[in-house]
Amino acid sequence: MKNPHRTQNIAFFFLFLATLLIVVPVGLIVVIIIQKGLPAINWQFLSDIPRQGMRAGGIFPAIVGTIYLVTGAIIFALPIGLLAAIYLSEYSKDNMLTRLIKLAIVNLAGVPSVVYGLFGLALFVVFFKFGASILSGSLTLGIMILPVIITTSREALESVPYSFREVSLSLGASKWQTIRHIVLPNAVPGILTGTILGLGRAAGETAPILFTVAAFYLPRLPSSIFDQAMALPYHLYVISTQVPNVDEKIRYGTAFVLLALVIFMNLVAIIIRYKFRKKKKW
Amino acid sequence: MVKFDIKDLNIWFGSIHALKWVSMGIQANEILSVVGPSNSGKTTFLRMLNRLNDLNQNFKMTGAIKLEQEDTKDIDTELLRKRVGMVFALPLPLPLSIFDNVAYGVRMHGMKNKKVLVKIVEESLKESYLWEEVKNRLNESAFKLSGGQQQRLCIARTLAVQPEVILFDEPCSGLDPISTAKVEDAMVKLKEKYTIVLVTNNVKQAARVGDRTAFFLSGELIELDKTDKIFTAPQDKRTDGYIRGKFG
Repeated sequence: MKNPHRTQNIAFFFLFLATLLIVVPVGLIVVIIIQKGLPAINWQFLSDIPRQGMRAGGIFPAIVGTIYLVTGAIIFALPIGLLAAIYLSEYSKDNMLTRLIKLAIVNLAGVPSVVYGLFGLALFVVFFKFGASILSGSLTLGIMILPVIITTSREALESVPYSFREVSLSLGASKWQTIRHIVLPNAVPGILTGTILGLGRAAGETAPILFTVAAFYLPRLPSSIFDQAMALPYHLYVISTQVPNVDEKIRYGTAFVLLALVIFMNLVAIIIRYKFRKKKKW
Repeated sequence: MVKFDIKDLNIWFGSIHALKWVSMGIQANEILSVVGPSNSGKTTFLRMLNRLNDLNQNFKMTGAIKLEQEDTKDIDTELLRKRVGMVFALPLPLPLSIFDNVAYGVRMHGMKNKKVLVKIVEESLKESYLWEEVKNRLNESAFKLSGGQQQRLCIARTLAVQPEVILFDEPCSGLDPISTAKVEDAMVKLKEKYTIVLVTNNVKQAARVGDRTAFFLSGELIELDKTDKIFTAPQDKRTDGYIRGKFG
């Protein structure tokens, strides 16, 4: 005899187990980093330059470097990604070629980040002669997050009901007016989700900045976008594997700051998104 | 006066032949009802008049549609759609406030003067018999209105751009009888100033409000005559069968 109720309980158990398997490791990572990293956090750690071969002092240049890099990447990738998404979703004809382009963009999001790093080295550092600089690093990170921004923005634009476009056009509005006044405002939350995802990735990646900007040890702040800079993920890699006898506290402290920075930047974007969602009226 | 002059109109969507050799005229200040079963091409016909079919990339047409002797292909699309407004089957307010919905088209055509906008919004809402119900809540979301109110808002929005022709695409298909009566009242009043083309699935509605009635079947215009005549002495027995409810 089949017992549908028992079958349901078994299914429920496995679904719950799968969820638990995802939540527990993430939770553990956060707990461990907070537990081991929080004691290292004090004003000196956040505002001082690294001292004694990075075994003491603070990580201020790395924090600043990461903020510069992420900001630069977003300034570069968001406008270009958004324009490309608008073109793909609103203007391009639905044919083999555009479907291929869309597929290629989705796949680009899965390319290993070290490949972007090498690409950035060849194009920005060597060919354009920007050298290892914040500019090269930002552009490389920007190119890396472009596929994410384009794909999510395109999906956000396409999720705005087609009927809104028809109504707007039927009132004699032009296509661009329709996009500007009806489609874009209603796609902002989705576009911001893409930006958040890109932002988090840009802040955390080591490989793309390895060849294009990151300084092993640079105990001062960058003075222009053509300067090299320290960055948190690379600094973490350096003090964890390249420099002997670094206190565990400092390593976890750096990880904690990186995590907090990403969460903080996400939070800002989430608040903006929430404001826009509240304005959404359907 | 002839408003629309349609000659040998054929329309295809990909390989589907949606309208076949349609030729007819639409008089100024009349209500022309268009009836017919689903897939008879009546909505395609309607969307032809403001060239909304052009949005479909598989769309092809032959023949000519003239608006006051001028081929609609030669009129700027935005201007044509300003002159030929449309009310859709479902109430489709834009995700804006009541005021902004009505002002939308006018703003898109470049009007920025707030005082003029306020006046146009008020007049349009009065014309669609919605003003009394919404005059104190113009800044609320249009989605807070009931279905019938939303549809009258959509009519006001279309009126605000001061069209010459208004196309109604089954405007009452989602409404209750009382809301339907209100929309029909509005239409009959609007006839004095505008030319109206009404596509409807509701044969009784066509009989109630239409001056003339056109019957479409499988993409062909079967019969077009005075509404009284269509409903009492149709020439074609397919028309007779449809209005008596034998098929459809």
